[in-house]
Amino acid sequence: MTTPAQAPIHGMGHSVKRKEDPRFLRGRGRYVDDIKLPGMLYMDIVRSPYAHAKIVSIDASKALALPGVLAVITGKDLDAAGLAWMPTLMGDKQMVLPVDRVVYQAQEVAAVVATERYIAADAITLIDVDYEPLPPVMDPMKALQPDAPLVRPDREQKTNHIWHWEAGDAAKTDAAFNAAEVVVQQDLYIPRIHVSSIETCGCVASFDKVEGKLTIYMTTQAPHAIRTVFSLVSGIPEHKIRVVSPDIGGGFGGKVPVYPGYVIATVASIQTGVPIKWIEDRSENLQADSFARDYHIHAELAAGRDGTMHALRVKTIADHGAFDAAANPSKFPAGLFSIVTGSYALDAAHVEVDGVYTNKPSGGVAYRCSFRVTEAVHTIERIVDALAQQLNMDPAEIRFKNFIPPDQFPYKSPTGWEYDSGNYPAALQKALDKVGYQELRREQAEKRARGELMGIGISTFTEIVGAGPSHTFDILGIKMFDSAEIRVHPTGSAIVRIGVQTQGQGHETTFAQIVAEELGLPVENITVEHGDTDTAPYGLGTYASRSTPTAGAATAVASRKIRDKAKKIAAHLLEASEDDIEWADYKFQVKGAPGRAVTMQQVAFAAYTNHPQGMEAGLEAVDYYDPPNLTFPFGAYICVVDLDRGTGEVKIRRFVAVDDCGNIINPMIVEGQIHGGLTMGMAPALFEAITYDDDGNIQQGSFMDYLLPTSMETPAWETDKTTTPSPHHPFGAKGVGESATVGAPPAIANAVVDALSHLGVTHLDIPITPWKVYSILQEHGIAEA
Amino acid sequence: MTATQHVKLTINGQAVEADIEPRLLLVHFIREVAGLTGTHIGCDTTSCGACTVLVDGVPAKSCTLLAVQADGAAVATVEGLEQGGVLHPVQEGFFQEHGLQCGFCTPGMMMTATALLARTPNPSEAEIRQAISGNLCRCTGYVNIVKSIQYAARKMQGAEAVPVAASASTGAEVRSA
Repeated sequence: MTTPAQAPIHGMGHSVKRKEDPRFLRGRGRYVDDIKLPGMLYMDIVRSPYAHAKIVSIDASKALALPGVLAVITGKDLDAAGLAWMPTLMGDKQMVLPVDRVVYQAQEVAAVVATERYIAADAITLIDVDYEPLPPVMDPMKALQPDAPLVRPDREQKTNHIWHWEAGDAAKTDAAFNAAEVVVQQDLYIPRIHVSSIETCGCVASFDKVEGKLTIYMTTQAPHAIRTVFSLVSGIPEHKIRVVSPDIGGGFGGKVPVYPGYVIATVASIQTGVPIKWIEDRSENLQADSFARDYHIHAELAAGRDGTMHALRVKTIADHGAFDAAANPSKFPAGLFSIVTGSYALDAAHVEVDGVYTNKPSGGVAYRCSFRVTEAVHTIERIVDALAQQLNMDPAEIRFKNFIPPDQFPYKSPTGWEYDSGNYPAALQKALDKVGYQELRREQAEKRARGELMGIGISTFTEIVGAGPSHTFDILGIKMFDSAEIRVHPTGSAIVRIGVQTQGQGHETTFAQIVAEELGLPVENITVEHGDTDTAPYGLGTYASRSTPTAGAATAVASRKIRDKAKKIAAHLLEASEDDIEWADYKFQVKGAPGRAVTMQQVAFAAYTNHPQGMEAGLEAVDYYDPPNLTFPFGAYICVVDLDRGTGEVKIRRFVAVDDCGNIINPMIVEGQIHGGLTMGMAPALFEAITYDDDGNIQQGSFMDYLLPTSMETPAWETDKTTTPSPHHPFGAKGVGESATVGAPPAIANAVVDALSHLGVTHLDIPITPWKVYSILQEHGIAEA
Repeated sequence: MTATQHVKLTINGQAVEADIEPRLLLVHFIREVAGLTGTHIGCDTTSCGACTVLVDGVPAKSCTLLAVQADGAAVATVEGLEQGGVLHPVQEGFFQEHGLQCGFCTPGMMMTATALLARTPNPSEAEIRQAISGNLCRCTGYVNIVKSIQYAARKMQGAEAVPVAASASTGAEVRSA
């Protein structure tokens, strides 16, 4: 066989340009709303104007009289089929459509199916719903009072309290506090925010009555889990359900949950046998889909007068809205919040969280971190600064003093995690050097003397990703492994199918690079498929920075299974004993005789044409990877801000981000992930928050009021890295998608507090809006007119 | 029910005509009448810019124009950027500088960039950031979008030979002018 001129391998560590880009650049991406099937109908949804109300009656007669309207679906229709409620990922249940009451504003009340999108939109305005308003409860602290309105009378427990969860050692923590020389306390509110991917949610559900097969094109980050849940709920056999997650216009966790619209459209298609399209408007997406954060935190830190930290105590009220529909692993109702001890060596910690119902849409779901790591990092990074401020210590110095030493890894945390690897002092030192910390402190002192407000904020965070090991991590009982299936074709190209899928992370490129590295095949000859449950192996999906730690690992292990077989074929081709064959420089060669070698392409051809007697033909492998532990990426971020005394505006002058995500597959893509993550970290620190008035009206129902960062506010991020491989991951990677979103907010908040610290300011809740800053300046008489 | 109106416009140089409801948004005309789905919809309030097209050379958010308002106009969409199998320098810039991730805002972003470079061939970073401030991106943090547009500006001015070797390394079918 002749081998064509060898194209470059471009495996690990190469900034390979993305394979998915050519279609996107030409407008040829295939997103859900681009799908048009023959005979397809359109669905639109009537939503509640009230946060809490009884539904007295629904009159659809005018809508049904409109030409083009085919059906109106209400909760009573679904109830008759046993589908008015559906399970949530957290073991709660949630309404698909309400039978007799609504529990948050913009809740789905009825659906219209029509021949055209515009007719469906007309028809929803013609449906008369008679509501009897009830008093809503919007504040979780009020919701816990005995006389509070009951959000969920359907439950046995007649209370708004959902669950209590705790981690760590209470007695040991109390003892440390009793012995402490210094205690600092801080209340923090991490506000409710919304992911607002630029593509909203939607689906095209298509039930083929002849085949009995349901196909759903869906904006989902977890197609296999959806298939299983839909099969269990609908009774349709799982092999007769195909969920396709085509190109997805951003996910960030907001496309993990099952929203009522998907279910209603699916039911409508099953009933009619006709494809049904449902696409949300932005206002629907922003008002009704799941939200993140909404944590009311009280934190206390016990320390010595020399700044040595001893113990942490945290109590949190978690506002979950009307349904507990968070996207956490099932055994973790508060996610991985117990990572709250962060990068510091503490003697003890105790963490408590109480989940509470309010008359809001589901909370605590996702915003580029669904597992509560952002809330944890904000808590520890703020209170470390509060301690430094109280002791008049430099925030860098207090961190160096308390870091888990590099030689203490793997490190067992007081809340039970085993950190895989880390070198926190190296990352912080690199960030300090890059930003020119001492010079900035001198500049700050000079400016302060002149009355100018400049601040420097540090965040040295530890992430926890890669869920997860099956002994602890499952979603509704499905273990959180992930998978890859690789076939090498006779001419040495390959197809890789993975259990995770991409919403912009570039899996089609990076997963090809993993195989290229492991098998020595050129990256251009490797195709990655994902997101179609009929062809991809079972996986739990992409969120929580889990793709590389789980399915990435599976891809490497499956490749190594192929390499093991290929080695036997190579020995056959080279007429040598397998023991004498080594894999070096992307080739199989006879030890001590590098001139006698065969490439993987040659082996692949032989696997189909000239394989050893007694061996199966072909060259393929599958792996379901169950990670032995989570991975713990980390970073050191430094933010420099200038405050405008005339407007209160916070201007980020510089932001240095040193990230350590272990070994890197594609540096270009990692940098892009960090840029985006930093921007989604800045957003809630300075701009974004979802609030409600006392009547339950959302106050940021469109992009006119919910302020996503534009190119004008977003600074030119400065990135750098250290590399501390994960010792248990097959190629030492840790995951990176959420690190920056998790790590950035406290760096920004700490910088603003630092700019105002000489005025006695010790804390500001995010978002730190111009008005918040200006009010402080006014209070101290230093606002400029 | 609603009286229809006849419109005729060109999209990427091709004549498209239809009898439509006067209330039909231009973006729906482009996506569903002309069948060009590269132009996306991201909000209801003219905030996000995912639907940006050029109407007689000027960037316009096609979710906020009625198709009848574009009667007789020349509309340009992302599908028209590539010419003769050769990517527009803006497309090439986004590819080379990793100016896109999920790809959803990308068509609108590139149309805005194209119009900027047509009127300001050598924009400063501040001018680029100003120009794209009506186009929201949730993935990239804008840094690489700025670099992508700077790449395109250099390429269009022919000021320097721009390396394109990396395109060969993916097997991606990107050709450079």
